Amino acid sequence: MIVRKRIAHHAFWQAAFFGIIALGIGLLWWASSEVEYVWRWYRVPQYFIAQMDVEINAEIEGTVKAVEEKGDKVFITVAGAYDKETYAAPAGSARVYEGDFAFPGDPLAVYEVTRPGILLQGLWITLKVSFIAIIFGILLGLFTGLARISDNPCLRWLAITYIEFIRGSPLLVQIYLWYFVFGTIINNLLAKQGIPPISSLWYGVASLAIFAGAYVGEIVRAGIQSIHRGQTEASRSLGMNYVQSMVHVILPQAMRRILPPLAGQFISLIKDSSLLGIIAIRELTKATREVVTTSLQPYELWFVCAILYLVLTFSLSMFVQYLERRTLIS
Amino acid sequence: MIDVRNISKTFEGAEEVKALVDVTTSIEAGDVVVVIGPSGSGKSTFLRCLNKLETADEGGHIYIDGVDVLHPKTDINKVRAEVGMVFQQFNLFPHKTVLQNVTLAQRVVRKRDKGPAREKAMQLLQKVGIHEKANVYPDNLSGGQQQRVAIARALAMDPKVMLFDEPTSALDPEMIGEVLEAMKTLAKEGMTMVVVTHEMGFAREVADRVIFMDHGAIVEEGTPEHFFVNPIHDRTKLFLSQIL
Ligand SMILES: Nc1ncnc2c1ncn2[C@@H]1O[C@H](COP(=O)(O)OP(=O)(O)OP(=O)(O)O)[C@@H](O)[C@H]1O
Ligand SMILES: [Mg+2]
Repeated sequence: MIVRKRIAHHAFWQAAFFGIIALGIGLLWWASSEVEYVWRWYRVPQYFIAQMDVEINAEIEGTVKAVEEKGDKVFITVAGAYDKETYAAPAGSARVYEGDFAFPGDPLAVYEVTRPGILLQGLWITLKVSFIAIIFGILLGLFTGLARISDNPCLRWLAITYIEFIRGSPLLVQIYLWYFVFGTIINNLLAKQGIPPISSLWYGVASLAIFAGAYVGEIVRAGIQSIHRGQTEASRSLGMNYVQSMVHVILPQAMRRILPPLAGQFISLIKDSSLLGIIAIRELTKATREVVTTSLQPYELWFVCAILYLVLTFSLSMFVQYLERRTLIS
Repeated sequence: MIDVRNISKTFEGAEEVKALVDVTTSIEAGDVVVVIGPSGSGKSTFLRCLNKLETADEGGHIYIDGVDVLHPKTDINKVRAEVGMVFQQFNLFPHKTVLQNVTLAQRVVRKRDKGPAREKAMQLLQKVGIHEKANVYPDNLSGGQQQRVAIARALAMDPKVMLFDEPTSALDPEMIGEVLEAMKTLAKEGMTMVVVTHEMGFAREVADRVIFMDHGAIVEEGTPEHFFVNPIHDRTKLFLSQIL
């Protein structure tokens, strides 16, 4: 625990902090108005929640025979010379009355639906990709860390090779490799068997998980090695096997030391998922880029994008801090 | 109960260390054997070879209760479950309470149910006089208390043999007595014990036999009377004169 002294003029420096932040925002606003940028924050929400009109159109030519409301639905029946069709729509959305004549394509009912906007969809993809990659990254890292300190040279060398390869090349290159090389090969092989191709999302997940796994492996190794050898000896001398000793004695203790660097690694992973746009995964960054090109409001949107990442990473680090506190108690 | 034949142990490394050189001895069921010797003489290594925390060099044999410890087909975890070990540094599990320390291996290795494991643990904690601290974490205990918990933890497996590696060396002097007391009780109950210690009083009072080691070999062994009254070897005499 760091003990801080209360410095002289404490309140002044607190005020200075808020002053500097306000100044920064003010400067940005001033500079943007100098280049004649018009801020239109009101245009942002539509990219989170989109309202869309949905039309129900007649498919045949005929007379509207019935408009019946039943509960929260309305049923519109159109009878033609040879056939009869009934259309369902939400109650109150009917635009025709009994006896009206309808041609194919005429709107019978119009109602609004609320859909998640592009940014929200992008956020969801980022969340999904990161979550899956984190789960696999943990599993992979755990095995790598254990293999890295194994007495078996095959396992140990495999772990070292994996770690060095992954840490030795840029993630961007690895993503390209996964998508354009391994992805192409795998999908071609699948096609030969008549199996539909695996979507790029999964190659993105693979590249992130395998990238994170190498770093997690090193974190796990360091965590395990920081536990005194006496703990292994005590548990093994009681007759526990390797797995029992790891699960009940070593890993629970190592967890406390593994958690903080692990949080950092996974925060990186969430941010790195922004690279997946290059292989046509419409995650948050790519979604933002698309919206920017249609809306022409880049300033607002890139700020929103940054803040959404901040929300994700901050939630993750809060969650890990909570876990840390829990392992501290037990 | 324990039969050790021609055991050697070489530590490879920057320079080779011969920690044990052709050690042969046997220990009867119910015997209390005290191992003494100068620092680095191989006492710990000898003890640790018995439950294969160290693997002895090829060529020798160790039998515990008839089981060939070094045989590749022997399930070492089964052997270890029968052989309790108490360490100089206690090595309690810091993330578990005293009670959990004593029940963990019962549950995981012996597959005992929660109730019986708990009962057994409380009974043993009572025996070593520390049952009031059952729900405390080890960090909140004194060294003497921790070591008594470690003894209870090993006993909970119903071992046939107990190994002690300098169980009192890390303790403040005023706590040594309580740990030795627990060990004496155990000896009186007929437990087979191998004890590495510098506590000559304990050796004199409790040991059936004393083994003196130097440079990885057994130099002399015999009854405490023999040892403390008329040792034969000069090295033994020298060591005893330094320590007594
Ligand atoms: N893991 C190891 N690697 C290398 N050498 C070792 C190892 N363990 C012990 N040794 C060496 O083996 C020799 C015997 O050590 P051991 O710990 O058995 O002695 P000891 O009689 O128990 O001594 P002490 O009274 O100090 O505990 C020493 O020279 C020691 O340095
Ligand atoms: Mg020793």
